[in-house]
Amino acid sequence: MTEAVQNVALPQIKVENLNLWYGEKQALNNISMHIPKNSVTALIGPSGCGKSTFIRCFNRMNDLIKNCRVEGKISIEGKDIYGTGVDVVDLRKRVGMVFQKPNPFPMSIYDNIAYGPRIHGITKKDLDGVVEGALRSAAIWDETSDRLKSPALSLSGGQQQRLCIARTLAVKPEIILFDEPCSALDPISTSRIEELIINLKKDYTIVIVTHNMQQAARISDYTGFFLMGELIEFGQTRQIFQNPMEQSTEDYITGRFG
Amino acid sequence: MLNRKYKEKTIESVLFSVSALTVVILFLICLFLFRDGLLLFKDTSLLDFLTGKFWYPTSVNRQFGLLPLFFGSLLVTAGAILFAVPLGIASAIYISEIAHPKVADFLKPFIEILAGIPSVVFGFFGLVVLVPVVRTAFNLPTGQTALTGSIMLGIMALPTIITISEDAISSVPSTLKQGSLALGATRWQTIYKVIIPAALSGISAAVMLGIGRAIGETMTVMMVTGNTAIIPSFPGGILDPVRTMTATIALEMGEVPQGSTHFHALFAVGSVLFIITFLINLIADSIKKRYRFKVD
Repeated sequence: MTEAVQNVALPQIKVENLNLWYGEKQALNNISMHIPKNSVTALIGPSGCGKSTFIRCFNRMNDLIKNCRVEGKISIEGKDIYGTGVDVVDLRKRVGMVFQKPNPFPMSIYDNIAYGPRIHGITKKDLDGVVEGALRSAAIWDETSDRLKSPALSLSGGQQQRLCIARTLAVKPEIILFDEPCSALDPISTSRIEELIINLKKDYTIVIVTHNMQQAARISDYTGFFLMGELIEFGQTRQIFQNPMEQSTEDYITGRFG
Repeated sequence: MLNRKYKEKTIESVLFSVSALTVVILFLICLFLFRDGLLLFKDTSLLDFLTGKFWYPTSVNRQFGLLPLFFGSLLVTAGAILFAVPLGIASAIYISEIAHPKVADFLKPFIEILAGIPSVVFGFFGLVVLVPVVRTAFNLPTGQTALTGSIMLGIMALPTIITISEDAISSVPSTLKQGSLALGATRWQTIYKVIIPAALSGISAAVMLGIGRAIGETMTVMMVTGNTAIIPSFPGGILDPVRTMTATIALEMGEVPQGSTHFHALFAVGSVLFIITFLINLIADSIKKRYRFKVD
């Protein structure tokens, strides 16, 4: 375990000895990690290393997969999210997620953003404000304010992804998970999203899975390197990239495999 | 090289002719149907046919009024749809979203078998089982009513509605479902606020095709609806015998001399049926286009 893990002052997410199986196959092996509040944590590693599986534990998206079994502990603000009596719906309200491919609902831009607040029972008069606030925070208000009623699917890929971020923000989560949010986007859209993520750090704790090493280096405070279901190394991003402690981390970062 | 090119051209033109044949056949059906149907209007005016309240094809003062048959078809079909649509969509949702995959795999073949049963068997079942039930349940002189026809047609339209709706619901990308759940929506909220709206085009198409199936069905309705060509009252007429357009053609075509006015009248009824089903398909298509959304 690296130093950074213990040194984190106020861990918002504490992962302790997490193991995960898909049927017989173990996909995550004894993972422990402390993620501090208002930081960006990047998870890197080659395909199939378990980083996406890992991030999907934080909002229990893995519950949807049959034969998936989790052991160990993940606590958010001190409360074990895999404990008894945990309301998954409530958890997902607190832990938002942005997916690999933009997945706006086939409805208007406005209704996409309003979807979350509506199901959580917002009053009608507050809705307009929440929608505008979310679109502004996701830096897409200027492009959409004059066509809130048009279908979300008429937006470009990059705009759709920012819309999905706005949709997540509208629910007012504490933590936002990004599962390779830029892998389907062009470089300009990617840089806009990266900028956005850095800005969002002020108000949210962010965990991002990425295939793009430069992206991890640019936007994250902490980086975890996964390999074959194990967390090989976790620490401050600068340390991981400039002075990795493990040989395999260095090999991956310098592009010797992956 | 040249030989291969020639071969491909041949295959291409054979395939083209085969698909073109479908269009030609449809066109020919259209042509003959309308040609013979239009001949009716030498003897009866179009207005009398479309608004006539009496279908007396063989009496001395014969009349060819479409309305009793049209309303017969309408009543039976509306009843069938009222009954089959909620049931069909509910089953489709259950099979694609709620049921354990093993349960769904168990149910699906039965639905397909239901679709494969010949309509005469349905009619027989309706006649022997349902007709007495309806008669005693409502204390009627006869159990051969529009309601009986509606129930039978509803059952027959179910497989169409279930399979096509289920297909539409299952083809909603799972990313949409995950997106909704990740926002803290429950499974039910996800189903009725995201999945059903996203599948709406397919579901509407399913309903339309179900209507098409019901309105065009002949044998079963002929066996269980009593075949009385009187304009049914509404809504009480659901418990009276009725005669549909399809049953009329099937019942009378064998007995009319070719080329007679009666013969042409039956073709005119057939043309009306054709136009109705054509319009239904057109509507189904336009709904499909309006709600279509791009997800790769």
